[in-house]
Amino acid sequence: MKLTQGCFSFLPDLTDDQITKQVQYCLANGWAVNIEFTDDPHPRNTYWEMWGLPMFDLQDAAGVMMELAECRRVYGDRYIRISGFDSSHGWESVRISFLVNRPPQEAEFELVRQEIGGRAIRYTTVRKPAANASQ
Amino acid sequence: MNAHTGTVRGKERYRSGVMEYKRMGYWEPDYVPKDTDVIALFRVTPQEGVDPIEASAAVAGESSTATWTVVWTDRLTAAEKYRAKCYRVDPVPGSPDSYFAYIAYDLDLFESGSIANLSASIIGNVFGFKPLKALRLEDMRFPVAYVKTFQGPATGIVVERERLDKFGRPLLGATIKPKLGLSGRNYGRVVYEALKGGLDFTKDDENINSQPFMHWRDRFLYCMEAVNRAQAASGEVKGTYLNITAGTMEDMYERAEFAKELGSCIVMIDLVIGYTAIQSMAKWARRNDMILHLHRAGHSTYTRQKSHGVSFRVIAKWMRLAGVDHIHAGTVVGKLEGDPNTTRGYYDVCREDFNPMKLEHGLFFDQSWASLNKMMPVASGGIHAGQMHQLLDLLGEDVVLQFGGGTIGHPMGIAAGAIANRVALEAMILARNEGRDYVHEGPEILARAAETCTPLKAALEVWKDVTFNYQSTDTPDFVPTALETV
Amino acid sequence: MLDVPHATTTEGGETRFDLRKEAEAAGITDTLQQLEQELVGLRPVKSRVRQIASLLLIERIRQRAGLASAPPTLHMSFTGNPGTGKTTVALRMAKILHGLGFVRRGQVISVTRDDLVGQYIGHTAPKTKEILKKAMGGVLFIDEAYYLHRPGNERDYGQEAIEILLQVMENQREDLVVILAGYGERMTSFFASNPGFRSRIAHHIDFPDYGETELLVIAELMLRERGYRFSAAAREAFEKYIELRRTQPFFSNARSIRNAVDRIRLRQADRLVSDLDRMLDVADLERIDPADVLASRVFSGGADVRSAKP
Repeated sequence: MKLTQGCFSFLPDLTDDQITKQVQYCLANGWAVNIEFTDDPHPRNTYWEMWGLPMFDLQDAAGVMMELAECRRVYGDRYIRISGFDSSHGWESVRISFLVNRPPQEAEFELVRQEIGGRAIRYTTVRKPAANASQ
Repeated sequence: MNAHTGTVRGKERYRSGVMEYKRMGYWEPDYVPKDTDVIALFRVTPQEGVDPIEASAAVAGESSTATWTVVWTDRLTAAEKYRAKCYRVDPVPGSPDSYFAYIAYDLDLFESGSIANLSASIIGNVFGFKPLKALRLEDMRFPVAYVKTFQGPATGIVVERERLDKFGRPLLGATIKPKLGLSGRNYGRVVYEALKGGLDFTKDDENINSQPFMHWRDRFLYCMEAVNRAQAASGEVKGTYLNITAGTMEDMYERAEFAKELGSCIVMIDLVIGYTAIQSMAKWARRNDMILHLHRAGHSTYTRQKSHGVSFRVIAKWMRLAGVDHIHAGTVVGKLEGDPNTTRGYYDVCREDFNPMKLEHGLFFDQSWASLNKMMPVASGGIHAGQMHQLLDLLGEDVVLQFGGGTIGHPMGIAAGAIANRVALEAMILARNEGRDYVHEGPEILARAAETCTPLKAALEVWKDVTFNYQSTDTPDFVPTALETV
Repeated sequence: MLDVPHATTTEGGETRFDLRKEAEAAGITDTLQQLEQELVGLRPVKSRVRQIASLLLIERIRQRAGLASAPPTLHMSFTGNPGTGKTTVALRMAKILHGLGFVRRGQVISVTRDDLVGQYIGHTAPKTKEILKKAMGGVLFIDEAYYLHRPGNERDYGQEAIEILLQVMENQREDLVVILAGYGERMTSFFASNPGFRSRIAHHIDFPDYGETELLVIAELMLRERGYRFSAAAREAFEKYIELRRTQPFFSNARSIRNAVDRIRLRQADRLVSDLDRMLDVADLERIDPADVLASRVFSGGADVRSAKP
């Protein structure tokens, strides 16, 4: 399964050059740039681990790319995403978020159905154990 | 034309009989609207021979305290305060028989937090008034004091994005087609294919409620199976707007509760359920962590013609106050009415915290939204992947782009249609952020993306010639004049 | 739109170049002129800057002609006593580098040891990286760079900062330019014990101390900018002041002159206000009298500073 979270997951994985341009777009907008990683990309997992603090006041994407290289070196076997955070009033949240690293074997999910009253079903999305996940 | 005609004051004012509205205190050209006044702008077309000032004063009178004759009971009230005051009448540019009438209403004329009361006052009686040939409510200005009495959008754009975990691009949706006749089981199939393919949302159409071919519980059950399946298959949050519109509030609540029980993140209502029902559902949505989608069913009966009715910008303002999260606001390039400048005005009403007066977009007043949540505009009707650059340019990033036919009608199937739309969108966002001139290079960017995406290639081929270039009926009356540059 | 395109070797390359146009397009002519106006004297520095600018310009053109390919090493060292114009020249150098596209943004981040080196284990690397990230795309100006290295203390955290700096200076030459600055002699011994730095420095500029005449010109320039002027006698007094001050501790060239000028203004104001009953004219407000200069402690043997330490 190709995890399709983030802004550009339907395109071929971004090259570092493409990532640099997106980061520069964030910086040009005055957004803080954050690197996060996880081995649990469940759609409801909001809080990925932060790779250091969000980077404020950078001028050039090279600084972010330096951190990304370091993060990949340590957590290259996990999902890594970059997000741009806009602190302006009325938004004060993420403005853009996209994947910049995938593990060699992607996560897969399956549905657990619990039959409740009548025909209704309660659904739970759970991670498929790695052994059962298709290649 | 804004000369004073002399308001009759004191005892004389209340002598029994009939008196011109403009002499009863409904025409006050010297009046300066207070910060706390509600202001309405009407387009007044008087019957032949009727003085435009008198006609405008009559609109003020009939939408506030007046009746056709003087009544002594006025004297039991602070009548001067309650009288709406027309304070300015301007000829409409390029339209010799109609006039813009600005009317100020004291805040005490309205119940707090009630669109029903607001609209009953402003458009309750006056639209049928005989001395007028036609009347249109063009725009309104709400004081912050009044705005703050409304809940506003239950969720708002920012929190909606946070819940969906989708940032930086328009959301993608599709209305399930054919809109009538599919069984629940077949209907859910379309939902599954479209969501699995790459859309964020699917949508019931406005008249999908509970008919013999598909009862509502069936639809909800199959749709939620589809949503959850697609979510597990993609690892992304997905949703389908379950239309809970019904004949009674009790039925609507029942449907809403069932949607919640099944784990839906969004429900949908039609504009035709009425303002009070909309406000009730907005409160329910906020109480239940639910996004509330509004289909503007029926609005064109009164918003489309320029001379008579209510402008959609007023409806959009009312709906932001009422508290819906999504509202259909036009596509400009699609199959339904929508002048680019006028539509721009609607989008600003939905998404900005402050709207400055902008006549060329049809916005007649400064309007502060006092931190009320933002409403996500929805663009739906006759749009396809080949227009992605135009859509992004015209509508921006915070919008749901609904490609119904443009997904389901794809020659390679529904999922392929969804993939085509998603790839086109992401490629365009990528290019825009890289600083490319995506509006002009749009076709090239799409063609490039299609090189590695067969579904997009097919979509571009099938719909390459589809455009809807018809004259808009609801266009702004003011165009900016270019200053001569040396 | 967002990025200054990197010049790369074009296939075949261009063959003809209008040098004047190239220099003007990169803003070099303007920047050098600005430097000329901003800094009094400093002949050798200016001609060195001009040389480097010319080299960079030609390097750029050679790249386009297909004659050069590897990104050049651009790190520099500025040596000289305090107040000799190192920071000002760094700002102009950043502008030249930016104009030619050797750095993408052109900001100058000015730091000292305290900004780079932490107080405990694990503190230094993030601090240094934080600064490096802010400097990416521009110039990192490290003043009194020798403080990074504490001879005889191998466990000093400065060493960690040095290693990170060296790595970035080597691997990210396209992303930032580092300028190391400080006193001449101390820099020399710093480079001697850190050959890694020496080998990565491409350009060296030595900032000589100002001569007495130059310092007087600087003082008069500063006064003029602030709307003052020396009376003839006051100028003589100030010449004497310069002569004495240069031999005293903590003398820092133009910076000492600026401080002196500020204190002279205080004394002038004090003198004027001490006689509230007289009528002032514009000339009184402009004029610095000898008394305003001579009241300085410099003349009584002490440095013209409030406390013994700067």
